[in-house]
Amino acid sequence: MVGAACAYYAARSGLTVTVLDRGPVAGGTTGAGEGNLLVSDKEPGPELELALLSSQLWRELAELLPPVTEYEPKGGLVVASGEAGMAALRDFAAGQENAGVTAHEIPADRLHDLEPHLTPALAGGFHYPQDAQVQPALAAAHLLKAAGERVRLRLGEEVTGLLTGASGEVRGVRTASGEVHGPYVVNAAGTWGGELARLAGVELPVLPRRGFVLVTEPLPRVVRHKVYAADYVADVASGSAALQTSAVVEGTPAGPVLIGASRERVGYDRSLSVEVLRRLAAGATALFPALAGVRVMRTYAGFRPYLPDHLPAIGPDPRVPGLLHACGHEGAGIGLAPATGLVIARYLTGGEPLLDTAPFRPDRFPAAV
Amino acid sequence: MPTSASEPYDLAVIGAGPAGLSGAVTASESGLSVALLDTSGQVGGQFYRHPAPALGAVRPEALHHDWSAFTELCRRQRASDIAHLAGHHVWAVTREGGGVWAVHAVTGADGDGERPVCVRARAVLLATGAYERQLPFPAWTLPGVVGAGGAQAMLKSGLALPGRRVVVAGSGPLLLAVASSLAAAGARVPAVVEASGYLRYARHPRVLAANPHKLAEAATHGAALLRHGVRVRTRSAVIQVHGTERVEAVTVARLDPSWRPVQGSGRRIECDALAVGHGLVPQIELATTVGCATRRTADGTTALALDDLQETSVSGLWAAGETGGVGGAQLAQIEGELAGTAITARLLGRPRLARSGRVDELCHHRDRMRVFADVMAAAHAAGPGWAHWLTDDTDVCRCEEVTAGRVREAIDDLGARDARTVKLLTRAGMGWCQGRMCGAAVACLAAGGGAVPPPDERRPLAVPVPLGVLGALGSPQGAAVAAEGAEAVVVAEGLRAAEATERGAVPDAADPAGKADG
Repeated sequence: MVGAACAYYAARSGLTVTVLDRGPVAGGTTGAGEGNLLVSDKEPGPELELALLSSQLWRELAELLPPVTEYEPKGGLVVASGEAGMAALRDFAAGQENAGVTAHEIPADRLHDLEPHLTPALAGGFHYPQDAQVQPALAAAHLLKAAGERVRLRLGEEVTGLLTGASGEVRGVRTASGEVHGPYVVNAAGTWGGELARLAGVELPVLPRRGFVLVTEPLPRVVRHKVYAADYVADVASGSAALQTSAVVEGTPAGPVLIGASRERVGYDRSLSVEVLRRLAAGATALFPALAGVRVMRTYAGFRPYLPDHLPAIGPDPRVPGLLHACGHEGAGIGLAPATGLVIARYLTGGEPLLDTAPFRPDRFPAAV
Repeated sequence: MPTSASEPYDLAVIGAGPAGLSGAVTASESGLSVALLDTSGQVGGQFYRHPAPALGAVRPEALHHDWSAFTELCRRQRASDIAHLAGHHVWAVTREGGGVWAVHAVTGADGDGERPVCVRARAVLLATGAYERQLPFPAWTLPGVVGAGGAQAMLKSGLALPGRRVVVAGSGPLLLAVASSLAAAGARVPAVVEASGYLRYARHPRVLAANPHKLAEAATHGAALLRHGVRVRTRSAVIQVHGTERVEAVTVARLDPSWRPVQGSGRRIECDALAVGHGLVPQIELATTVGCATRRTADGTTALALDDLQETSVSGLWAAGETGGVGGAQLAQIEGELAGTAITARLLGRPRLARSGRVDELCHHRDRMRVFADVMAAAHAAGPGWAHWLTDDTDVCRCEEVTAGRVREAIDDLGARDARTVKLLTRAGMGWCQGRMCGAAVACLAAGGGAVPPPDERRPLAVPVPLGVLGALGSPQGAAVAAEGAEAVVVAEGLRAAEATERGAVPDAADPAGKADG
């Protein structure tokens, strides 16, 4: 998704772009995501700025992309089970509102107006109308298509090395079937971005953080917003390798309800964890008791590209002229993709930066010894 | 049987068909404690499917070969202390600490009994059988089109016929058996339409000579078909179904060697039902989820890779029967006995048991029959030209109503290159059958005429599981939560009903057929 957005905005700025992927379109983390476009889970700071810009860009893109991409500005609803949680949410939302986020407090007795099937045992919540959702694989595929003739797709082609000039500047990439020349290379390899950086001789410590998603049988709209428990925010921000789960529940236009979210650092292990399934299911049925009899059709694991400070790497790499990074967005890559793409396009065309990208500098991590 | 609930069984067998039943009795008679889990209410699996006692069928054996082999296995099972867990739908097998496996199941006729069950065992034998492979063609979703295996299953269990004039089509040895069963039960079978020829068997005279029982079986079906005046058309396929409400006729065309229909060769055959299938696919998702190695079979399916004594690449997990490659009931029974013996030898620390004369004999029989199975698979492997049957408006995925046109668009315009991305971009394979019906077709279309990668058969949940059951796993209050769940089920049923009204009734799908045991 991030690569597609970079290609789209670069092409719109007049550049010609070749998109290389060793697999198909949306074959990596994009294809395993839920397609969340969230501002609600981000504390004030550089990531929230990026998310707010993205939120606006997504609304523009939604006009352009066909309806099958399922863009839905449905809003998020964060709920707390007790008064302490509610007080914490209130503080969090106050900070966000200063940064430009719209958040409405919903008292316990009004939650049912928004979500009729929600458990009555809650202290209240906050409604975030700017939260939205999109079908990520279709959005990526149609965004590439919308980019038009300036974008060429070369799928099933793995980058095996970088081509460099006399002074170490990037001249293109090498693949199994030949060379692709260009003055700029954008690393949008997501969870595998660290490997691509290594091909260029630089270190970018992207690590996979596994998450499972449960997908139910198709239902009518039982869940109208993206609904999640307050502890999700803490889990997103945490760096722990241990398993964390928090209940995140949302319906989709196609019918199935998606249930997350788990986070654990276990490398690229896809094997089924019954404990994760148990916790996700228990969390979802605690929020929506009516879901207890609904069947889970399938489950799958995906790998979020995670950097140690939970911020993505966006922008030129001062260590290798011509190399730019656009990866490490963790679980927010779909949401942050358009702003990332636009920022990258500005760098490529020498335009004015849109926002302060210093916190996303790719070389901000001390080199591993 | 374990003396306490917390003590694991020695062996959990998943699937009570010929392979599982044979493995279970062998292990039990050697002194192991055995739990035998199966989705069905009675043992026998798909092959020895028979009417429920309440139907009072006088001669269930009339539709079966080797019925005596089955009754003998049943006698041994009844004489044993095997814990037969009927109506158990296994959704996952996971490894626990200390060399113990956990077999997770839900109970009920359709997995809707809501009671989560976890059976612990020191070894697991996967005997989950196979399901039928379908290749789509125009109007195959019309009522009256049923799976060939499904038609056979209907006959064996309920003694019901799918129609009065039934065309049998597809590819594979099952077609002859289905046609002769249908004819024997009183249906008219205007044609058996086989996409391959039988000549490819003749290229392996030594394999045929070594497997005389297979020839005898074919001869029995052949004679039965002749007696009923059934015509077998080889190198032909049903490429179109006609009818508005249900099947009224089919068009049969001759195929070239790549299975592409020969122009102008179509002819119409009147019928009121079509039983169709393209062989069987090993049902192995419980094993792939724990990382068992697989192999590609000669007809492009994915089977488990097994060692000489039926163990998978994951220590402690054995497999027998169709899971290791489709080969029929007799082979399944032999492999079940081999696995049961090997497991006993391992668990009781008696390695000599696995080197006995009986084991040599079983291995010899198995190897001979496996070679035959490979010849059979190669003879009926689908040719790449079958995709020419499809029109752009042919449904490929019937659960999600995804047409061939949309699959092609995802591949040509949107950058899909494999079955997984086609699924992401079109929803093909996301419905109730989880791609069991359309997986082969989608993978073939995605390969675009190139080599079709074997499907990975990964489905971390082998059957759908209610959220309430998942959420109550391993909790001491499991029972209480499940009881609460029962109330929630009513709500869920209500939601589903509302859904059906909202979306319009789904067309009466043909029985996906051969949804095998386990």
